[in-house]
Amino acid sequence: MHLSDSTVVAGAVPERHKNWLPQLRALFLRSEALRGYTLLSPTLIVIGFSMCVPFAIMVAMSFWTQHAFEFDTAFSLANYREAVERPVYGALLIRSLAISGTCAVATVLLSYPMAYYVAFHVHRHKLVWIILMTLPFWTSYLLRVFAWKIILGYNGVVNSGLKGLGLIDQPLEFLLYSPTAVVITLTHAWAAFAILPIYVSLEKIDRSLLEAATDLGDGPVARFLRVTLPLSLPGIIAAMLIIFIPTVGDYVTPTLVGGPDGMMIGNMIQAQFGKVNNWPMGAALAIAMMIVVAVISVVYMWAARKATERIA
Amino acid sequence: MTEVAYIQRRNRPLYIYALLYLAFLYIPVLFLPLFSFNDSIYISFPLKEFTTKWYEGMLGNEPMFAALINSLEVGSATAVFATILGVLGAKALTRYRLPGRKPVVFVIMLPLVIPGIILGVALLILISRLGIALSLYTVALGHILISVPFSMAALIPRFEGFDKSMEEASVDLGENAWWTFWRVTFPMVFPGVLASLLLCFTISFDEFIMAFFLIGTEPTLPIYIWSQLRFPAKLPGVLALGACILVGSFFVVFLSQWLRRRGVRTETARGV
Repeated sequence: MHLSDSTVVAGAVPERHKNWLPQLRALFLRSEALRGYTLLSPTLIVIGFSMCVPFAIMVAMSFWTQHAFEFDTAFSLANYREAVERPVYGALLIRSLAISGTCAVATVLLSYPMAYYVAFHVHRHKLVWIILMTLPFWTSYLLRVFAWKIILGYNGVVNSGLKGLGLIDQPLEFLLYSPTAVVITLTHAWAAFAILPIYVSLEKIDRSLLEAATDLGDGPVARFLRVTLPLSLPGIIAAMLIIFIPTVGDYVTPTLVGGPDGMMIGNMIQAQFGKVNNWPMGAALAIAMMIVVAVISVVYMWAARKATERIA
Repeated sequence: MTEVAYIQRRNRPLYIYALLYLAFLYIPVLFLPLFSFNDSIYISFPLKEFTTKWYEGMLGNEPMFAALINSLEVGSATAVFATILGVLGAKALTRYRLPGRKPVVFVIMLPLVIPGIILGVALLILISRLGIALSLYTVALGHILISVPFSMAALIPRFEGFDKSMEEASVDLGENAWWTFWRVTFPMVFPGVLASLLLCFTISFDEFIMAFFLIGTEPTLPIYIWSQLRFPAKLPGVLALGACILVGSFFVVFLSQWLRRRGVRTETARGV
């Protein structure tokens, strides 16, 4: 490694290493961990600066209060008290959790057969199938959500199409601006994210186990329930979390297709930093949301592990 | 495909389901290009005359081109910096025995699982407390944060995929670490680097949630689109723009995924 000492001083955690400066170079060349961390330090510093530090400040800010255009930096639990006492926040959070939960379950149910098909029944051009499955995920999220707005709209694709076919006289109003619309849109938008972990867990299954099950007299259904499904559980569990966690905080989809009944906690957080202009309250809501999501995730993972152990 | 269907005849229903699933993934998005050629400002059936006027209208739209340039700049900066950080990180994690490797990987990958709104809001608070004006730079910083995990994910298999002894041989033959990296390591991981550049660029180019909080006065393309959605008369123009973006990003992503997985596939094929 030809990195000079100055890089180390600027890069690694300087506090602990200061006294070592004289022997630093010798130590540096001898210690594999030190060289590794030096190489890693730019990445860690950028991540630390743009994630860990902002987080700490956000936590601090959530204990401040807003007075007109000034922050009162005295420690106060007022924001959290308000978050608990005013029912609108709790209601929004519960609705967000319900929407995201429904969306996670729906996405996994829809994606599982697809992942199963590609893992077990596609033998040629597998790469093409994998790319096809995941490609939409990489295209503009905003545009994918917007597509559903024009599909579900009052005079949108579905309504005008059905009317043109003579199946309905009046547009179906429940389609747009409802929690249902949010669930449909999120399910579509995140489908590609669910399919990969499920696919990977299915692909990893040792095919000889399936042969063994068949040899021992299991039919296709019993074989699926007793071998394939339990072994793919880690993928299902991961897919649920991967969809549940980020969708709870979404505000784009509810804004475009949710309407007043489909608003989620993300809209409220965004409003605190926008028109309401109460940043400390927004920070408190964001942290409250994260804590709730983290607790649910931990409980879920614990329950999932217990369930997996019992089956295996 | 017919041969596969023949071998797996019993799973015809599953095959049909797979096709339906792909239809569910793609058809909603395809309505954007479809209606972008429709001669009506209302997005509804039946389709009217075929027209390219919405695309012609785009040509004279200067704010849109300004936003496009902004997005290209932010995307390129994000791609380059995130990939540099990704290469450093991937090399460190695959080439050195690091104590505390697990928590480090956990922290680097954390932006993947934290909702974008939280990261956006937290960065906004930091930047405003530091008294830095919001601009395209702050957007790029946010985008680098969420791109690094993707970059590392594209690069780590590349670093793992080739033999460490080649680097050692180069050092033994008298090259220093710097030239060993450029002459041995970099060419070997180059497809991964290319894939990472393309992926990070696309992520940044399409990113809206964080950009919404971190943007200054100059919009990126998604922010511009968002601002246009309020005006019904401008929707067809947005459709045309959206169709162009979709075609462009499909192409770029297909390329990057192909680059990234090609090596992995040949290696596993050899292994089998």
